[in-house]
Amino acid sequence: MAEISKLKDIASQVRRDIIWQTFLAQSGHPGGSLGCADFFTALYFEVMKHDPAFQMEGKGEDVFILSNGHISPGWYSVLARSGYFPLEELATFRKINSRLQGHPATHEGLPGVRVATGSLGQGLSVAIGLALSKRLQGDQHTVFALTGDGELQEGQIWEAAMFGAHHQVDNLLVTVDWNGQQIDGPTHEVMALGDLPAKWRAFGWEVLEMNGNDMPAVVDTLSRAKERLGGGKPVVILMRTEMGFGVDFLEGSHKWHGVPPNEEPQYRALAQLTETLGDFPRPALS
Amino acid sequence: MLHSIQANGKKATREGFGDGLLEIGRQNPDIVALCADLTGSLKMHKFAEAFPERFFQAGISEANMMGIAAGLATGGKIPYTGTFANFSTGRVYDQLRQSIAYSHKNVKVCASHAGLTLGEDGATHQILEDVGLAKMLPGFTVINPCDYNQTKAATLAIAEHQGPVYLRFGRPGWPVFTPEDQPFEIGKAVLLAEGSDVSLFATGHMVWQAVEAAKNLAGEGISVELLNIHTIKPLDEEAVLESARKTGAVVTAEEHQRYGGLGDSIAQLLARRLPRPQEYVAVNDRFGESGKPLDLLNKYGLGVADIEAAVRSVLQRRATSHSTH
Repeated sequence: MAEISKLKDIASQVRRDIIWQTFLAQSGHPGGSLGCADFFTALYFEVMKHDPAFQMEGKGEDVFILSNGHISPGWYSVLARSGYFPLEELATFRKINSRLQGHPATHEGLPGVRVATGSLGQGLSVAIGLALSKRLQGDQHTVFALTGDGELQEGQIWEAAMFGAHHQVDNLLVTVDWNGQQIDGPTHEVMALGDLPAKWRAFGWEVLEMNGNDMPAVVDTLSRAKERLGGGKPVVILMRTEMGFGVDFLEGSHKWHGVPPNEEPQYRALAQLTETLGDFPRPALS
Repeated sequence: MLHSIQANGKKATREGFGDGLLEIGRQNPDIVALCADLTGSLKMHKFAEAFPERFFQAGISEANMMGIAAGLATGGKIPYTGTFANFSTGRVYDQLRQSIAYSHKNVKVCASHAGLTLGEDGATHQILEDVGLAKMLPGFTVINPCDYNQTKAATLAIAEHQGPVYLRFGRPGWPVFTPEDQPFEIGKAVLLAEGSDVSLFATGHMVWQAVEAAKNLAGEGISVELLNIHTIKPLDEEAVLESARKTGAVVTAEEHQRYGGLGDSIAQLLARRLPRPQEYVAVNDRFGESGKPLDLLNKYGLGVADIEAAVRSVLQRRATSHSTH
């Protein structure tokens, strides 16, 4: 197991990548991306058995589906730093002729992405389909998926939740980014989610909770969740995160959900995040 | 050629789908099927009983079913989804668009009970917009076979095609007039009868209506060239242009809204390449209603007599345009 301190270093660099990508694009969603940086890091650098020599079908490896596609900068960062594509490509995020679309897509052939997401509520169903294909092929590996919490307002999520339990899709580990924020404000004001653990349990899922911004807790909970797989039930981790975590003036507010930092806040944000692995190469700023 | 086209009894196109699915399931172990609580209606029970481990009941959750199909396709399977045409398109359009079309997933969206001939269930279920919806999605192939035999053949053929397909068929027993075990070539129009006066392009259930109309018109001395356009997208442009060039007058017939269906695809092609007068036999911006299939076709302008009238009308227009030149 990688040392926690090493994972924390990677997560710090992932956060810098998020700030840089959204700054260079002057577009994108830094808030949720920062909040999930620890989760992405733990998944790609500790928990998942995956091969950066990407093959779409994902046979013989763990696979990941990002259902809340708008936090793509965080995912792109861990994909690039795992070796799926060159680091300098992060500088093309949201720009014309890039493989790094605003929301993840397969259309341009970006390694690591298996389905387009962005229109919310769809990724969980796709993850279940992938899990069924693994079952049919006798592949013992796990399908991981991440959804937002606001995304749980989409009806398709609960269709998928019902299906997953009914068909005993127990090679599926879903995490919900429970940051309590969405574009129009706190979820309890926009559309209250109610008792989420009870809801998932009532749908027949194994439910765990964790603090998604505490690296030891993330690693520990993900490995405990993996142990629960194979028991006839899909597993969901309700992951408490702080939107914007790691940059104090971005934390806990929905205002930075879809607003990139401009120059002054960008430098203030970077000043709070240690450059551990080296920032990705960028074209000279004019 | 025309008089040799005879119906050999009636059978529903959905039966052709069910039998085709069972057969392709036997041939190809990668075929999987999903159904949203309409196994009997779609005739998918034969596949479900033969291959229970490859059949997934989705319950009444079509959006989820499309996503799961996309995931199964990602893992290398060839999923066939089954539900009514209404729930295969309009209800799940964003799922078709993002999870399947944009993501290049090899999903076969199999849609029964399309159009007015669904009958008694009425307009809530009689979708007349599905071909337009499906054909607008980049990369989607859109197929509307005409009878039991052709639907079965199409069900087999789409497994060989890499990419998303919308396969449309219907509920009622319908004349069977194409050969058993026919080859099915996606994107290749079938010339049913050569003629010299007018080109009649028909799809789905309307092909049989067109056969009857063409026979009646032959009695009046009008020579109809009849093509079965089973694949609406990609359209067999060369076959359409060749016939239109020969006859100089075009009629299209489909169980769909006039906006967005086969007629529009052909009109677009003719406008770009070979402008010729065209008449549409299609539903004109209306919803259907409950009733018997043939009564509904007649009421909504899709009867045999309507096709004949459209032919006479387009011939008159062609004559007028010639005389003004």
